[in-house]
Amino acid sequence: MKSPVAIFWAIFHCLCCLISLVLGFRFSRLIFFLLFSNSSINIYTTQFAASDISRTLAFTTSITTSFRTNSPPLLNKTDAGKGSRVVVGRHGIRIRPWPHPDPVEVMKAHRIIETVQSEQRVQYGVKNARALIVVTPTYVRTFQALHLTGLMHTLMNLPYEVVWIVVEAGGVTNETAVLLERSREKSKVRIKHIGFEKNMSILWSDRHKMEAEMRLQALRVVRDEKLDGIVMFADDSNLHSLELFDEVQNVDWIGAVPVGILVHSTRSDDDAFEVPKGLDATDGTKSPFPVQGPVCNLSDELTGWHTFNSIGYEQKSANYIGDMAIVLPRKLEWCGFVMNSRLVWEESEFRPEWIKDLDMVVGGDEVENPLSFVEDGSMVEPLGGCGKKVMLWWHRAEARADSKFPSGWVVDPQLEVTVAAKRTPWSDVPSELESNTEKVITSMIQETGRKTRAKSRTSRSRLDERTHDLRNTYASVMLGSGETTMN
Amino acid sequence: MSDLSKTLILLLLFALLLDLDAFELRKGQKTERISGSAGDVLEDDPVGRLKVFVYELPSKYNKKILQKDPRCLNHMFAAEIYMHRFLLSSPVRTLNPEEADWFYTPVYTTCDLTPNGLPLPFKSPRMMRSAIQLISSNWPYWNRTEGADHFFIVPHDFGACFHYQEEKAIERGILPLLQRATLVQTFGQKNHVCLKEGSITVPPYAPPQKMQSHLIPPSVPRSIFVYFRGLFYDVGNDPEGGYYARGARAAVWENFKDNPLFDISTEHPTTYYEDMQRAVFCLCPLGWAPWSPRLVEAVIFGCIPVIIADDIVLPFADAIPWEDIGVYVDEKDVPNLDTILTSIPTEVILRKQRLLANPSMKQAMLFPHPAQPGDAFHQILNGLARKLPHDKSVYLRKGEKVLNWTAGPLADLKPW
Repeated sequence: MKSPVAIFWAIFHCLCCLISLVLGFRFSRLIFFLLFSNSSINIYTTQFAASDISRTLAFTTSITTSFRTNSPPLLNKTDAGKGSRVVVGRHGIRIRPWPHPDPVEVMKAHRIIETVQSEQRVQYGVKNARALIVVTPTYVRTFQALHLTGLMHTLMNLPYEVVWIVVEAGGVTNETAVLLERSREKSKVRIKHIGFEKNMSILWSDRHKMEAEMRLQALRVVRDEKLDGIVMFADDSNLHSLELFDEVQNVDWIGAVPVGILVHSTRSDDDAFEVPKGLDATDGTKSPFPVQGPVCNLSDELTGWHTFNSIGYEQKSANYIGDMAIVLPRKLEWCGFVMNSRLVWEESEFRPEWIKDLDMVVGGDEVENPLSFVEDGSMVEPLGGCGKKVMLWWHRAEARADSKFPSGWVVDPQLEVTVAAKRTPWSDVPSELESNTEKVITSMIQETGRKTRAKSRTSRSRLDERTHDLRNTYASVMLGSGETTMN
Repeated sequence: MSDLSKTLILLLLFALLLDLDAFELRKGQKTERISGSAGDVLEDDPVGRLKVFVYELPSKYNKKILQKDPRCLNHMFAAEIYMHRFLLSSPVRTLNPEEADWFYTPVYTTCDLTPNGLPLPFKSPRMMRSAIQLISSNWPYWNRTEGADHFFIVPHDFGACFHYQEEKAIERGILPLLQRATLVQTFGQKNHVCLKEGSITVPPYAPPQKMQSHLIPPSVPRSIFVYFRGLFYDVGNDPEGGYYARGARAAVWENFKDNPLFDISTEHPTTYYEDMQRAVFCLCPLGWAPWSPRLVEAVIFGCIPVIIADDIVLPFADAIPWEDIGVYVDEKDVPNLDTILTSIPTEVILRKQRLLANPSMKQAMLFPHPAQPGDAFHQILNGLARKLPHDKSVYLRKGEKVLNWTAGPLADLKPW
C-alpha cells in the first residue's frame, strides 16, 4: 500500500508536467531559482546554470521571439571564458518580422549568379566559339506557336552568335513572321525566313520527306551566302538542353549527338515507355527510353549506331498528323547530326575527300539523314560523352490536321456571345469544381438565352451555328474562367 | 640587311610575348596566391626545419584501440591516427631524442565509439594521464620541460576538455597535465577555456578519395545561390530549440525556408558533393561545437563558406587569411543573411572563388594517404616549426615543478 506522501508527490509531479507542457518550458528550474535566489549565487558558482535560467526568463516562448527583443540584463553572465562575448546556454531563435524574400535582393542574387557563370565560361568554357546556324523546318498549324516559341526562347538564351534559318512549307506567311519577330527586340538572333513552295501533307511519311527537302533547301542557302559556323538541325517540337550547344562547338566536320526519343502513347492502358527489344543485346544497360546515336568502343572510337527499331510499334504508329497514336521517328533523325558549314560550300579547298558535294547528295535519292553526306560513315565524330549524355529530345506532338485555331491565337474582334459547353472532352474534372462550373454555366446560359431571344431570326440561326463551333473550341476557355471566378 | 631583319623579328617576338602576357591577365586568372598573417607559408617544406621524436608507446594506447574499432579510420576524428602514421615514415622524424625539437605521443583518445559511431570522451582523460605517466617515467624529456616541447593531437569536440557538452567541457577545462604542451585540435573559439594560447587548429578529417571521386567538370555553371544540408533542430537532445547551435541553425531555417535562393533542407542526398560544386555559397553554421567538416568540403568544392559561429578560430589561421576567402556572419545577423550575401560586390566574390581555386588551399585542408606536399600534415609541421626555437623558460630548473599531478576531478585520477 503506497503511503499518502508518495501518492501526493506522484500527483504533484503529474501536475508539474502538465503545467510544463502548457507553458512550453521546464518551469521547475525557474521555481528553484526564485525560491533560493539568495543562496543561488553560492550554489551556482559554476558558470553555466545561471545563464540557462536567466535565458529561459528572457525567451520563454522560443519560436515566435521577435527579432527586436532586447535581452534583459543577465544576473550572472556566463562566459565561455574570460572576456568572451559568447554565452553558453539557451538562446532565442531570432526571426525577423517579415521572413520572406525581397524581390530586389533576389534580382541582385541573380546578377551575382550571372557574373559567376560568365566568369566560369571565360575560364573553363569554349574558347573561340563559332556561330551556330540552326535549320528549322516549320509550317502553320495549331501547335506551331507553341513549338516555335519554345525553340525561339532556347536560341535567345545562348551566349553564341546564332543564325536561324526557318524554312516554311507553303511559302512565307505572316503568321510565322509575326511569331519570329518577337525575338528581335530581346536578342541578336539573325533570322532568315525562307519559303518552300509545296504545302505540307497530312501523312507522317510525306512530312518526313518534305522536312528533309526543306533542310536541303536551307543548306543551299548556307552555300549561296557562304555562312560560316556549325549547322544544327533543330526541329521546332524538339527539346534542347543548353549544354547541347556547348557540346557541338567541339565538332570538326560532322558529328553525332545522342537523341532521346520520347515516344508517347495517349492511351492509358499501354506502358508509357516500351523498350524496343531489338536494341543491342550486348549492351548491358537497358535505357528506359530509346536513344538514337553513336556507339563507341573503349578507346572512344565510333563503332556503330543505336538506331530506332520500330519492331513492336507497327500496329500503333500514326499515319496521319494528329492521329491519337504514337509517332515514330526514322532510323536516325536529322537532329542528331551537326556539320561544319564549310562542308556544303562550293569548292572548299580544305574539305576532306570523304565528304560529298551538296549537289551530288541532292541529285540522288531521298536524303534520310546527313550520313548521306559522308562516303565513309566512320569519319563521323561522336559527341556527347560518346553517345552517353542525352541533351536533345525528339518529340512530335501535333493537333489534328483539321483543327481550327484563331490566327496568331488572338481573337479579334471580340466575340459577341460565348456559351460554355455542357460537356467537355476532359472527364476528370473534380466534382467540386464541376458543381461550381455548373453554377457558372447555368447562369451564363440564362444570360445568353435572354440575348438570343432578343435577336432576329436570321441572326439567331447564324448565332447558333457560330456557338456550335465555338462550343467545341472554347469549352476549355470557359471552364478556365469559371474556375478563376470561383476562387 | 640580315641584321636589321633579325632585330625586327626579335622585336616582333618580344611584342608578341608582351601581348600574350597581357592577354592572359585580361582573360581572367583562375587562381590567386594565398598568404596569411604569417606570410606566404602554405607551400613551405617542413623538412629540415624541425625534428620530431615519436614515443614508442605500448600498443594498448594506439594499435589495440584501432583494432577494436576500425571505424575510427573514417570518422572526422581520424586525424590523430593518420598523423601518427605520417610521422612514423616522415623525414622530419628522428630516432635520436636528444636532437628532437618536438616530442609526439601517439595516444588515440577519440576512438572509444558508441554503436552509432560517436566517440565517448569519458575514458579519454584517464587514457591521456596514463600515457603521460608512462612517458614521464620512462624518458626524461617530459620532466625536463613538463611537456612544453611536446605536442598532442586532440581532435575531439572541445579538444582537451574531453567532453561533448559545452557546459561540462568548460567546467572541466583543459586537462591539467596538458597545461604546458602544444595542442593540435579541431576546436577553436576565441577566449574559450578549451582553446589554449599557442594551440594549432586543424581541419577535421574528411575522406580525400571519396571527395575526389565526386568531382564534376568546373565548366558546370554554378546555379544554386546558397546551399546547406543538415539539421536545424536536434530533436533528440534539444527538442525545444535554442540550445543546439545557440539557435542559429533554427534561425536560418525559420527565416529562409521559403526563400528560393536558399537550397536548405535536412535531407541526405546522394548528390551532396555534386550539389556543393553547383553552389556559390555554402553555409557552415556551428552545431554542438563550432567546427564542422562542411568547411573542408566547401573549400574542396570551390563553394564560398559562410561561417556562422561567433569568435570561431578556423584551421591554420595564421597561414590562411580566412576573412578574404570566406564570409563571416555574426549569429545575431542571421535573419539578415540574404541582405548580407547579396550586397557583397561581385569583384569580391570572384576574388574569393579565385582564392578557393588555388590548389595549395585545397591541399592544406586534406589528410591524404600517402601524404602529399602541402597537405594538412605538412601545415601542422609548419605550424610547429614556426613556434621554434623554444624559449629558454621552457626548460625548467632542477627541482622546479609546475604541474599539479593531482588536479582535476577525482574520477580522472583512476588508472587506465
